[in-house]
Amino acid sequence: MLLGYILRRILWSVPFFFAASLISFALIQAPPGDYVTSFAATLAASGDVIDQGRLEALRDRYGLDAPFIVQYWRWISGVLQGDFGISFEWQQPVSQLIWERMGLSLALAFGTLIFTWAVALPLGIYSAVRKYTLSDYALTTIGFVGLATPNFLIALVMMYIAVVYFGADVSGLFSQEYQVAPWSWGRFVDLLKHIWLPIAILGLSSTASLMRIMRANLLDELNKPYVTTARAKGLSEFRLLMKYPVRIALNPFVSTIGWAFPQLVSGAVITAFVLSLPTAGPLLLQALLAQDMYLAGAFILLLCCLSIVGMLVSDVLLALIDPRIRYR
Amino acid sequence: MTVQDVVPTASVPDAEHASQWRLMWWAFRRHRLAMIGGTVVLIFYLIALFCEFLSPFSPNSTSARDVFHPPQMLRLFYKDENGDRAFGLNVQAMTQKRDPFTLQTTFVPDPDRRIFIAFMGRGEPYKLWGLIPLERRLFTAANPKERFFLLGADRLGRDMLSRILYGTRISMTIGLVGVALSLILGVSLGGISGYLGGKVDAIIQRFVELILALPTIPIWLGLSASLPQDWSPLTRYFAITAILSLVGWTELARVVRGRFLALRTEDFVIAARLDGASRRRVILRHMAPSMASHIIASVTLAIPLMIIAETSLSFLGLGLQPPLISWGVLLREAQNVQTISQAPWLFAPGAGVVLAVLALNFLGDGIRDAADPYAQGQSA
Repeated sequence: MLLGYILRRILWSVPFFFAASLISFALIQAPPGDYVTSFAATLAASGDVIDQGRLEALRDRYGLDAPFIVQYWRWISGVLQGDFGISFEWQQPVSQLIWERMGLSLALAFGTLIFTWAVALPLGIYSAVRKYTLSDYALTTIGFVGLATPNFLIALVMMYIAVVYFGADVSGLFSQEYQVAPWSWGRFVDLLKHIWLPIAILGLSSTASLMRIMRANLLDELNKPYVTTARAKGLSEFRLLMKYPVRIALNPFVSTIGWAFPQLVSGAVITAFVLSLPTAGPLLLQALLAQDMYLAGAFILLLCCLSIVGMLVSDVLLALIDPRIRYR
Repeated sequence: MTVQDVVPTASVPDAEHASQWRLMWWAFRRHRLAMIGGTVVLIFYLIALFCEFLSPFSPNSTSARDVFHPPQMLRLFYKDENGDRAFGLNVQAMTQKRDPFTLQTTFVPDPDRRIFIAFMGRGEPYKLWGLIPLERRLFTAANPKERFFLLGADRLGRDMLSRILYGTRISMTIGLVGVALSLILGVSLGGISGYLGGKVDAIIQRFVELILALPTIPIWLGLSASLPQDWSPLTRYFAITAILSLVGWTELARVVRGRFLALRTEDFVIAARLDGASRRRVILRHMAPSMASHIIASVTLAIPLMIIAETSLSFLGLGLQPPLISWGVLLREAQNVQTISQAPWLFAPGAGVVLAVLALNFLGDGIRDAADPYAQGQSA
């Protein structure tokens, strides 16, 4: 039954992937002028001789004179084989540029998700159980400010504090010596030393909102008769809390990863730019500003896919903890 | 928001005869944070309305002498020639000093010189709402040749306070315009979805899910990067609002649909239908009023999201462009560490964003709680 549900859910996401690829391609096509004109412009700007024959060959290869659907077909069949086109700004195939950055983006989003859960869950429970106490008000206030402040602003303030009071540079994900080094244990440890700050910054607003949700859910449950019954039967307060109301309150909590994940992925773009992290965001931004559309399109497509997968995972998790969903 | 002072409903006068809107107002009034939020929002929109009059200087007048001029403290008293304390708004003047070795400029307070501030004084001429030519400003330098900087100056010596006040206009209205667009999309699609049900509902719901599954910021970035570069600032302003609402309408559509589905089976709607009321009358006369409050609540909660989105886009340079002044455009000046460690007051527009978003969130929460005045007894 569960397997059937997961299969159905995966099938459901196929049209989503298709739509995401259409949108990404439409964005590639959106700027005026086609890829070859921009390519010729960059070549001319760098003083290279423009070889008309080469331009024609490129035009031919990407079918730039063909209608939208044909061009889309060529692009997407290339993408499925791992060929995302060429970045004219970098003069390299897009696929060589994106994977490490996407990997780091994924690591960042995943780390943030875990951080969010690890912090929001206990704090949410705490502030529900200690309703209307000083600590509840304090958490509520922090939560609201966290929700109201754009991530990038927090990142800027953090950078300012680090520079002015500690004389440290907190941007980037690696120290100088590991920046271009191949992967090794040392580089990984170095990554861990740097990644906690971006994770904390990115996680703040989603932690705040999840904390509020957890608190509200738990408050609804705590008034129910079964809690009173369990308490009357002499169950210890901690076991009572963990065993019943928290489990039920967790349910809407899991379903929120569905939207928390796209939000994390997209919120990371701006924060990563401010902190100059070597993730997808800053390169996407640079590509968009330079109208390097194949590179930008590849990132948009992959980021979209990432959030669709995130949604899928959250639905499956939800089915795992709540049998009612599987049988629907 | 659950912070409410509990006033027993019995003490509310005339609860049986009050109209629904009056009941909502009573419920809303008990929500202290929402009242504060509402007041702050009102102040922000008043600032947006009268920013020309409120700002001490023109936001675009540059001054090479005052590059990165630090903020000055507003003082109420000063020592006159005889050494007595006298009343009069003033700030202490600052003079620029250049370090002979590093060539870095610093501003040091000049204890002998004061800049006096005139209330309703004559300043640089301006046009209120681009129409009415005026000279008087709420506060400006008494001597038109002098300038003062309550919130510092930016890299061109422009007054940050005036720029932030002007930024309020665009940042606060972009939320309104964007939400108005989302409202049209959301209410019509949500209404169709909820009213017709069946296949249409399924298709619209899948569509909404798709949009919710997409990461908004990359899509926004992509869309605004593909806007033609040569558009006028005003066209760009509307294009950006359109882009923002293209993604923002889904939440409203969900609320409207949900209410429609819930209301369809309510007794009073069935009663109206059995009474032979036409479809139109059922929707407009009976269903719409009880939906309006929920829609207002979601609209209030959607505005801060728009404000944050605009700020982020403009901060990255893909939103509004410099001749226009919004908080995001202003924050773009505070993009790198060198600048902000030299001039931390460039963060000030960020405070505007946080305050406005907080106030709107509190207001929206209050409205949402008050939207269903009959449910109050259970939640308290």
